[in-house]
Parts: sequence; C-alpha cells; structure tokens
Amino acid sequence: MQQFTCPFCGLRNETEFHFAGEAGKIRPDTLNEVSAEQWSAYLNHVANPMGHSREVWVHLPCQEVFIMQRDTLTMAVLGVEQLRREPK
Amino acid sequence: MTKTYSAFNIIKEAFRGHKGWRPVWRSPKPKPEYQIIIIGGGGHGLATAYYLAKNHGIKNIAIVEKGWLGGGNTGRNTTAIRSNYFYPESCALYDLSVRLYEKLSIELNYNVMFSQRGMMMLYHSQAEMEMAARAMNAMLLGGTDARLLDAKEIKKRAPVLNFRDDARYPIHGALIQERGGTGRHDAVAWGYARAADALGVDIIQNCEVKDVILEGGVMRGVETSLGPIRASRFGAAIAGHSSRLAKMAGYSLPIQSYALQAFVSEPLKPVIDVVAFSAAYGAYFSQSDKGGLVIGGGLDRVPSYGQRGNMPMQEAVLSGLIEFAPALAKVKLMRHWAGIVDVTPDSSPLIGPSGVEGLYLNCGWGTGGFKAIPAGGYLFAHLLATGNHHPISRPFDPSRFQSARLIDEGAASGIAH
Repeated sequence: MQQFTCPFCGLRNETEFHFAGEAGKIRPDTLNEVSAEQWSAYLNHVANPMGHSREVWVHLPCQEVFIMQRDTLTMAVLGVEQLRREPK
Repeated sequence: MTKTYSAFNIIKEAFRGHKGWRPVWRSPKPKPEYQIIIIGGGGHGLATAYYLAKNHGIKNIAIVEKGWLGGGNTGRNTTAIRSNYFYPESCALYDLSVRLYEKLSIELNYNVMFSQRGMMMLYHSQAEMEMAARAMNAMLLGGTDARLLDAKEIKKRAPVLNFRDDARYPIHGALIQERGGTGRHDAVAWGYARAADALGVDIIQNCEVKDVILEGGVMRGVETSLGPIRASRFGAAIAGHSSRLAKMAGYSLPIQSYALQAFVSEPLKPVIDVVAFSAAYGAYFSQSDKGGLVIGGGLDRVPSYGQRGNMPMQEAVLSGLIEFAPALAKVKLMRHWAGIVDVTPDSSPLIGPSGVEGLYLNCGWGTGGFKAIPAGGYLFAHLLATGNHHPISRPFDPSRFQSARLIDEGAASGIAH
C-alpha cells in the first residue's frame, strides 16, 4: 500500500485519496464566444503524461483538495502543495 | 516446407521428424518507405494490417512495435470475449467482433481457442434483476443474444458460486450471453501476425517510435530506433500509450491511462465452465484450459503507466472473489500483472482521424480491448484504406466529444471499463 501526504492530515493510505483530474487547466473565458472544440478540450482532453504529472487530488476523509506531483511511471510522489489559504 | 496447420500436416511432419515447420512470420529490416505504417503490434495493430491486406488489397504495410508482438495489453488481459452492451452503436461494434471471432480460427488457419462458454453477469437483488431485464432487452434490440437465468439455473451451471443464505450478496439471477466466452489471447496476436505476414505485411519488432516526421502539418514518417521510416498514411493502435504519440505529434486526447490488474491461480480440476461476473463483488473469473482461474476486477484508482500490480486493488478483487466463490479461498495465485489501459470519459473507444493529417487513431478501448480486436482491426483497416468511416465505426469518431453525442457505456451497461 502506497501512502500519500494530505497537507492537512499527513501520511495516509492511498485508498483514502481520490484523483480529481489534471492540474492547471484554465476554464474558457465565457465573456467571449467559446467554440465546441474549446469546451471539449477543456472538459475532456487531458495531457495524461508519462513521467512527471501535476494533478488535483482530494483526501476523502477530510475533503482537503490539494495538488500532488507524481511520476506516473515509477509512482514516486514528488511533492504536495496546499491550495487552502490559512484564515487571516 | 509446411505452411498450413491441419491434422494431415501434423501426421506428415511426424514422419519427417517435424523438420518442415518454419517460423510463422519473417523478421524483415524496415524499408525506407511504405504505403501505410501501423504503430503498435498488439492485437488491434496486427488485425488492422491483416484486414488492410485481405479486404482492401493493400500489401505495402509495416507494423512497428517497440517490444514483442502482443507483449502489451494483448498479453495482459483476462481473455473474455462478449458483446453485452447497452447502446445500439456498442452492440453493433462488439457483436461484429464476436461474429468475426466465431470464424477466426478457420479464417486464420490458427486455433484462437474461442470457447463460447457463456458470459454470465450475476445480480443480487430484485431491483438489479429489473435492470438486468432492461439490459437484456437492449441487447436483443441491438442484435446480440441474451437470456435471464434464475438462481436455480445458475446453481446448475456454476455450483461453485456462493448460494448460501448468509452470503454478502445473495444470488437472485443472472443475465447470460451464451455466445460470449474466452479466447486464447496470444493465439489471437500470433494468428493475425502469421496471416498478415503471409499477405506480405512487414512486422518489425523491437522498433520503437521516438518521434514523428511532420512536414507542413502533415505526417510523413516516424523516427524509430531503427531509423526513419516514411509512409503516406499512419494508424496508431497503442492503447495506454496513445497520449505519448499525441504529445509528439501535437494533438490532444480525452484519454487517461490506468493500470488494470489480473490474476491467474495455480491449475485446478475444472470448477467452472462459464465466465462469472459480479459487479457487487467487484470480481469476475473463468477457468482456462490449463486449469488456472483467470481473475479480473476493476481499474486501479491512481492513474499510472507502471505495468505492475499493487496491493489495494488486489485485496479488493480477491476478497470479492472469495465471497463470490468461498470454495476458492485457499487457492494459490501463480501470476499477477497489470496492463496500461486507455480510459475515455464515456468508456467507449476512439476510432477516427487524430487531427494531424495522415494519422488515424484506434484507441480508448479501456479495459475491453481484447474482445474488440477483430472489429477494431476490421473497422480501422476500412478507415485507413478509404479515409472514411465504416458505418459501424462512425459513432465512435473522436468528434463525438465536441457534439456531445457520447456513448456512455460506463453508465449504461455498468461495466467498469
């Protein structure tokens, strides 16, 4: 069993985590005309890289959404980034 | 030299000390140019080359394969063949495959050991049985075969399953496709390879595509580990690695790669003669001719290109299996492996142009590529030869993601693929 690091809870079993998609996609600007191709690319197309990958993950028990960088071939975790901002 | 396989030729060769058998395909050096290059020497690539040569008369074809024939997902599946789908488009596609499989051993003169032992989907409540009746009606309308079984009939066909009253998921009934079953995965690859080679197709193994040669946005060749090879048309049948070629050629795909695991047990005396599937238990199994139980389940939850198994899904599948058929709890596993499958948002394949002129795609089969090999090859050959879709492959064009005419089998037939 591999373990991933939740920025809130720390190291937990991989089965507690949900892969939510590729990180860094930008939603089309709906103030302008958006073509079907642009919507489709945003909604469906993914880079699906072999090797270094930057992904959005959710830790299901605490619902923390965060970014994880992984190597999709070796399955090594290269780092996690917190998306949550601390309240002022 | 003996070329065809028959009882007569085996006897004839027996008298000559079996000295007349020859390797069944050549290992040619790549020519500098071909009419069509198929990237990927798995089942789909080999079948495509065979149907291009046979149905369309195109002989100047090369298949480039980075490893050995059928060493990817073709050699890593659970060999199930079925067409129990919901939408008419899917029934037409997968049933074409079953029909081609039915004639394949004779057509290729190579025994692919297609055993139509029945594909039995178990259901565990009255509500599930109503959904099964709906699925049966859809399959019958789609032109495939389907029948409902009650618990008594299931007990007769597969007594090894769990019929106890305290079972986690008691068996209420099943939907069976009698024409479904299993095949010999390696034989499918080797049979197509032998037949394609006999028609003049160059099968080039250990030849990895390193880059594509684009001229004015048109694909003209591939840079391989054996040097550049040019062609006027290209077909990619590379399953879980489709996104890597997309990156080289500059297009994108709605595909995420995952590992799918499977397991084989030690050989046993016959215990089951159908393919038994239960979505509730998250496991399915059949028994091979050698006696090993071939066990499969759902996808891994973490996207991956690593062709190896891991513990969480192994535990989920095997714990499901031993509740599904408790008598198998002490059976030992012999092998355990994973293949990299190409999952699309609607769990249906992509057949069509890539977006780069000259390059066409046959991918996105997800966890169900093996059963679709003959149809995938047949339809992809039609597309590569004519530049146009066969009516059966047209609904699976990648443009469906722009028009939103999805064929969502993941939701409709509830098959995790």
